[in-house]
Amino acid sequence: MLDGMNKTIDSRMKSRRSPGAAVLLLLLAISLLLTGCQRNEPLPFQLTNISGHMPALDFKLVDDQGKAVSGADYHGKVVLLYFGYTHCPDVCPLTLAQLHVVMQRLGKLADGARILFVSVDPTRDTPAVMHAYVNAFDPRAVGLTGDPGAIEALVKRYRSAFTREPATSDGNYEVSHSSAIYVFDRDGNPRVLSTPADSQDELVHDLHLLLSTGANS
Amino acid sequence: MKLRTLSFLFAGVLLTSLSLASGAHATAAEHIVASHAWIRVLPGNLPAGAYVTLENNGDQPVALKGASSTAYAEVMLHQSSNEGGMSRMAMLDSLAVPAHGKVLLAPASYHLMLMKATQAVKPGDTIRLNLKFSDGSTLATDFIARPADAIDDSH
Repeated sequence: MLDGMNKTIDSRMKSRRSPGAAVLLLLLAISLLLTGCQRNEPLPFQLTNISGHMPALDFKLVDDQGKAVSGADYHGKVVLLYFGYTHCPDVCPLTLAQLHVVMQRLGKLADGARILFVSVDPTRDTPAVMHAYVNAFDPRAVGLTGDPGAIEALVKRYRSAFTREPATSDGNYEVSHSSAIYVFDRDGNPRVLSTPADSQDELVHDLHLLLSTGANS
Repeated sequence: MKLRTLSFLFAGVLLTSLSLASGAHATAAEHIVASHAWIRVLPGNLPAGAYVTLENNGDQPVALKGASSTAYAEVMLHQSSNEGGMSRMAMLDSLAVPAHGKVLLAPASYHLMLMKATQAVKPGDTIRLNLKFSDGSTLATDFIARPADAIDDSH
């Protein structure tokens, strides 16, 4: 695990810059981190660590401005990925309201993070609907919708599922979906998983690690 | 004259005590005290969740069947659950409020789903819902409309 992480960090450094520059940067980083938390040690996450256990962030969807976006567009940001839909009156807004509190608790650091709210109900969730919805919660939240196949691929990529439940007589329907929040570092690598059973303090703690000392780019 | 007044008074007292003695026949709604009633308002015409704490001061359990309101064309009693990492929502026929007990309609649990708003509901508004119980009785309850990002800090 430790080896794997070292390799990941090494290869990342190498792929970006010349080895000499990488060493210089590493020295600079260590000298700056007076807390003694060294960069090549695994980050002491409190949530379920999924580093290396799930694939990097990758998708082709449409954001709430109607623009085509991919996972790479969010590199440089710590990403909180959550699946839901706007016709969900209880759990989805609760989760987004809680994430807004998390962002507030992170203060200025939160500007380095993005909440990606991915719709599992693209039929009803147009970019315009998503735009009004996510902005009711947090300015750093982005609503993503798009081709049902692309959404299904993303859900499956993170080993989850969603099910459209039978419609009522008036055509309304609910969608069962993953309740987890997947957290990615600035390089799009999955790092931790937050579930409803986990505390908000743990999520704030781990995001703080990723935003202040974590993999940087 | 005096006698007549007295007899009226007596009749009044008798009626009052009769209605008190028939407490067992009081409606379900009369035994319920509703508090912390609020609605999470979402943008556009999206369905909203309504939450309330119901306390039953009677000796019999009471069953909540749902609610109605002039502000929403449709109201459904729902329960959210989280099993195997999946969030689900299911319709409920009724929700029991135990005798001398209480039940919380709260986020990520029991709630009323309000659909098809007949008027624009905005944070700060007070919306009246008539809670319906299994014996047909209703309890008019005022719900405070709160913004989408409201956190339930009332408990």
